[in-house]
Amino acid sequence: MTDLLANLGLGFSIALSLQNLALCFLGCLVGTLIGVLPGVGPIATIAMLLPITFGLDPVGALIMLAGIYYGAQYGGSTTAILVNIPGEATSVITTLDGHQMARQGRAGIALGTAAIASFFAGTVATLLIAALGAPLTKLALVFGPAEYFALMVMGLVFAVVLARGSILKAVAMILVGILFASVGTDLETGQERMTFGLAFLADGVDFSVLAMGLFGIAEILRNLDHTETRDVVRQQIGRLLPGRADIKQATPSVLRGTVIGSTLGILPGNGAVLGPFASYAIEKRIAKDPSRFGNGAIEGVAGPESANNAGAQTSFIPLLTLGIPPNAVMALMVGAMTIHGIVPGPGVMTKNPNLFWGMIASMWLGNLMLLIINLPLVGLWVRLLKVPYRLMFPAILMFCSIGIYSINSVPTDVMFIAFFGIVGYALIKLGFEPAPLLLGFVLGRLMEEYLRRALTLSRGDPIVFLERPVAAGLLLLTAVVLAAALLPSLRKSRDEVFTEA
Amino acid sequence: MRSILTRRLAVLGLAAAALAGPASAQGYPERPITMIVPFAPGGPTDVIARLVAETMSRSLGQQVVIENVAGAGGTTGITRASQATPDGYTIMMGHMGTHGAAPALFKGLKYDPAKSFDPIGLAAGTPIVIVAKNNFDAPDLKTFLEAVKSGGAKINQAHAGVGSVSHSTGILFNSIVGAKPTLVVYRGTGPALNDMMAGQVDFMTDQIVNVAPQITGGTIKAYAIATPERSPALPNVPTTKEAGLPGYEVSAWNAVFAPKGLPKDVAAKLDAALAKALEDDNTKKRILELGGTVPTQAERGPAALQKLVESEVARWTPVLRAAVDGSQ
Repeated sequence: MTDLLANLGLGFSIALSLQNLALCFLGCLVGTLIGVLPGVGPIATIAMLLPITFGLDPVGALIMLAGIYYGAQYGGSTTAILVNIPGEATSVITTLDGHQMARQGRAGIALGTAAIASFFAGTVATLLIAALGAPLTKLALVFGPAEYFALMVMGLVFAVVLARGSILKAVAMILVGILFASVGTDLETGQERMTFGLAFLADGVDFSVLAMGLFGIAEILRNLDHTETRDVVRQQIGRLLPGRADIKQATPSVLRGTVIGSTLGILPGNGAVLGPFASYAIEKRIAKDPSRFGNGAIEGVAGPESANNAGAQTSFIPLLTLGIPPNAVMALMVGAMTIHGIVPGPGVMTKNPNLFWGMIASMWLGNLMLLIINLPLVGLWVRLLKVPYRLMFPAILMFCSIGIYSINSVPTDVMFIAFFGIVGYALIKLGFEPAPLLLGFVLGRLMEEYLRRALTLSRGDPIVFLERPVAAGLLLLTAVVLAAALLPSLRKSRDEVFTEA
Repeated sequence: MRSILTRRLAVLGLAAAALAGPASAQGYPERPITMIVPFAPGGPTDVIARLVAETMSRSLGQQVVIENVAGAGGTTGITRASQATPDGYTIMMGHMGTHGAAPALFKGLKYDPAKSFDPIGLAAGTPIVIVAKNNFDAPDLKTFLEAVKSGGAKINQAHAGVGSVSHSTGILFNSIVGAKPTLVVYRGTGPALNDMMAGQVDFMTDQIVNVAPQITGGTIKAYAIATPERSPALPNVPTTKEAGLPGYEVSAWNAVFAPKGLPKDVAAKLDAALAKALEDDNTKKRILELGGTVPTQAERGPAALQKLVESEVARWTPVLRAAVDGSQ
């Protein structure tokens, strides 16, 4: 404990230097801005800003780059709520209730809740990294391919819970998502699957392309279809910040979301992506009146938002302690560290204590700054909704196109968002939900990979999923949830739960 | 300190010169140069490209901007770069995979490593290290080789996907040693290392940049490094020659190429800028810290690179073809 305090003291003494404070602020600000611009993601931004950091000392540079990363997570929720475009896989869920809240004139409350929930989760996650970072890496090593596969299966069962409409349609969407995920070059054999000989499909469909098309472009088409719904958003803005009743309602969700998000974030196999989904599923399941979900339930924003920020924070644990990047942004952070002459890995904590603890302290300061940056901005963002839609949608379209192009510099990606936009529009018209499709897409690819790897290691023997206690436990839990969903006696009430009035 | 100052002044001078003399052929470069890196940002090739590009920018007086075009083992980016106008404003960072192993692995490759490019020069090498899980029951390389050979398909070998460095160098290793382990595929080195630390897979061969932190951190162990000399980044790891596998010498090299048909004076300027970057103390230091090697005078330059590409294609093609055909 005294060690922890001494270490945190060291961290704050470094993070509170004038230069590092300024860099942290700059990172958070840039992160928020790119998060808010639909499509421009943290990967492109960090890659672009990397050369600028050459002249800085490594600690300051990494504090700034980390700030961009979690700032973007923060900002991404803003677009999810205001214009229904998830910037990252982790903010897909926020669109479900967040955007509904905005439509009901409660955009300010949704944004405020997201900001406060994220700040709380960030604080807890920072403390968690500081106190338990090293021992927690053991958890990462318990998770082999079999465990990850079981985790992904559980995730897909959650996807069923996400659905607003009929279960059958949700399952269909999940399967389509998995199908999309299997497009591209097969990892093991190098053979192309379902690419129709088209070169740009060789690496599969990009998540951002799919998400932006299905959510962003489809949303624009839908709005142009009947403009009166936009007017509802514009008419009334309402309160800007959550009131006492809102906070009371959201608090338990924030607590649960933080625990779920932090735990999944520690897993190096990109477990953080499941956090918001899991949190939402649990909130909906334990709610007294689940029908509110999907129609602007504040818990549906508070839980996933805290899970997403906690996960963003704790995903630094595998990076800093194992040297293993759990996702593409973290891989870029590894590159940034190596360029600055720091070798990420088990040695960072002992060899570069200044960097390790300085970064941890800066994460908390960064979260505080984000709260300070974002709360006053809520008014501004909400006012953005007053901008006439005929001016707004070309801007959104432009930013989406620029953002998508900046990811891989491939023109076909831009055409692809148009294609998926039309697909998304058709799906909405037919009453299919895009969220389960996206979850199926994200999890499908991982699931296939882990399944094949687990079976390669067991030489084709499926008993491996039952022999390993963690994997067996997760699968058992999944089976219970699934059985509960399919039992005829429960079915009637379930249909009431899942069918939107 | 003074040298930095004078260098800054020199840069200013160059920049001013570039501004003063527009539109003449001598004026190259007049605008930023794009360097296509065919891999995602953050990996070894990207890091080396950024280090070199930074110093090249200073001596060229124009920014060398990195553009990451990842996909299909790096061949997507290189194909795109090979089709760019050869005016010196689009160059690329090729590597062992894209300019050595690719013809054997990718049918219908749209470029020929030896014919579609004007080589500029070798930038850096990253030696290959043979690593294994900590509890692999073999104290040194010799016993390890015995275990891998006699273990057959019971041994698990990790690699980071078809076309990756760990894939080609792993296949080369197996063909030299005569081993037939089960291949376990990962999407990138990170997850493979994680499973190795947890003891799920037995061994792999990969670039020193990727595995050095885990080796020094004691979470995995290294049997040998596949270079003629030991690396200062891992001084305790013996070379393959010392440890008893002299035939396995391999390094993932990174080199700058331009599309075929570059004007001679432009090529000369790029060549000089790259050479200068490799002389820069800071760049050199960073590359060495990563465990990389800086090419010697004899290894640098367009002619040496052309030779390297030809010998690499000749080296990889039969080994990889045999392995790929054997698995189908």
